[in-house]
Amino acid sequence: MKCAGWKCCFSLVVGTILLAASPLAAQQLPAAAATYSGKSRTLRPEGLSYMVRITNLGMATVAAPAPAEKINEKLEQLEKDVKAAQSAGDNAWMLVSAALVLMMTGPGLALFYGGLVRRKNTLAIMMQSFALMALITVMWALVGYSLCFGGSGPMIGGFEHAFLRGVGAEPNPDYAGTIPQATFMVYQLMFAIITPALITGATAERMKFSGTVLFMMLWFLVVYAPLAHMVWGKGGLLNAALGGKFPTLDFAGGTVVHISSGVSALVCALYMGKRVGYPKQPMPPHSLVLSFIGACLLWVGWFGFNAGSALAASSLATSAFVATHFATAAAALGWSGAEWLKNGRASALGAISGAVAGLVAITPASGFVGPMPALVIGLIAGVVCYLMVTKVKAIFGYDDALDAFGVHGAGGTIGALLTGVFAQQIINPIFGAGKAVGALDGHWGQLGNQLVGVLIAWGFALVGTIIILKIVDAVIGLRVPEEHEVEGLDITQHGEEAYNLET
Amino acid sequence: MMKLEAIIQPSRFESVKDALREIGVEGMTVTEARGHGRQKGHTEVYRGREYTVDLLPKIKLEMVLPDALVDRVVDTIMKTAKTGKIGDGKIFLSRVEEAIRIRNEERGENAL
Repeated sequence: MKCAGWKCCFSLVVGTILLAASPLAAQQLPAAAATYSGKSRTLRPEGLSYMVRITNLGMATVAAPAPAEKINEKLEQLEKDVKAAQSAGDNAWMLVSAALVLMMTGPGLALFYGGLVRRKNTLAIMMQSFALMALITVMWALVGYSLCFGGSGPMIGGFEHAFLRGVGAEPNPDYAGTIPQATFMVYQLMFAIITPALITGATAERMKFSGTVLFMMLWFLVVYAPLAHMVWGKGGLLNAALGGKFPTLDFAGGTVVHISSGVSALVCALYMGKRVGYPKQPMPPHSLVLSFIGACLLWVGWFGFNAGSALAASSLATSAFVATHFATAAAALGWSGAEWLKNGRASALGAISGAVAGLVAITPASGFVGPMPALVIGLIAGVVCYLMVTKVKAIFGYDDALDAFGVHGAGGTIGALLTGVFAQQIINPIFGAGKAVGALDGHWGQLGNQLVGVLIAWGFALVGTIIILKIVDAVIGLRVPEEHEVEGLDITQHGEEAYNLET
Repeated sequence: MMKLEAIIQPSRFESVKDALREIGVEGMTVTEARGHGRQKGHTEVYRGREYTVDLLPKIKLEMVLPDALVDRVVDTIMKTAKTGKIGDGKIFLSRVEEAIRIRNEERGENAL
């Protein structure tokens, strides 16, 4: 939106006149202010409140001398209106962010993974992402939100918000004081959807749909909900802002989302075994075009994921947005550069994989670091994830089909640790004004906290996933029969094909 | 009557087709084929995994010709399909016993 200077002036003048005219009109102004606050500094809510006070005081003293009570009453009303204006701005951004994060799963991740599998498994992998959009949403409404963000225990939330009781227009000041709790709730839901969806990259092309559904339901309850509460929930063991024992910095989900899903993905790949024919038989991606579109949607959606995690349309959101973008670019260059040196060519798949690795690594750091550390974090993540995927996987021989561990597990771990190195109080004084945050800020102890957070996330994901796999294996089984795997999951699991080009 | 099958490089197909039309070839069947002779394939690398692709895309032309036209067609294909590199393809000729036009039951060279 372009806002020419004269337009701003015009709306300022009109706003002033309206305000002066009647208190009723003042209630309408915040909406207009919110519309312009994106570009025009003069119309930001803070500036507005100042202007409003002056105008009204002026009115009061010059035009009609009123008793002090009346002035106070008016001021109170105006303060309320200003709050409403801020809430409107924050809420607009958070609703958009929630939609962006949902877009990361479908179509973002679904396309990214969908292109990487063989043609016969395209719908199956996409369907797993989509099924989670529905499944986790329902579970979230029943108990999920409450288990993550209700109560204040160290390990897991409670049932106070089960069935979304008490979750409505009123903000929850523990988490986000300026937006309706329902907005916060639906925003956090989108994280709970994409996290298990990431795991499907490791189990791709061989896991039963029924087994996937049961696994994901249990995984959400046993691994995701406790971890989300520990890191982000009030009183959580690792919460950095709300009284955690080991304050772990995790702005948007390096531990909760990426380490948890990435490590669980590795466990799944090891437990389930290799795909039939791996690694001898060629299994090239069937459409890098789909993957390319998916990766680009992930990049865009991630702005909602990271910048949205500021939970307000604030300067911190801008900072996280910027850090996210720079880290992603550096990581794409890092992966591509490594590949160019090794193979003599830079591939499209390498570039988009590097970008995703950068997005993963900057996730925990995004709200704590400036653009220069972001470039460093991205570059390191791009190179390390390249080595994880090409070298380490080959050495150990596990079949992490679409590299969920190599990108999310490794990238998440690197990101979580580097957050402890680069976090700065000038960006986000989370421990109080003037108190150092990360190691380079002077707070070396934070590295220890980050390590504890990383180890707990690893341990939780490892143990939880093994137990769940055993249960699902016993109840319905994990893998499809070999002949179904050879025929493809689209036909055998879903009774349809992705491409019927000749019909 | 002779049946001619030619495997050629996809990049030469348009020129071959135009040249054949000029010398009076009235019909042909074209298939997008994959195969290999002495031409080596190439390697593709996806996230560090190398795949050797040894079946390469080719175009297969099939046509049944009256005896009088065979030599000219062969010459034309030789000239237009040639790039001089390994992988230019091959021409196979075989005798055809009979041809029948389904629409009006014409037989022999009249049916071509």
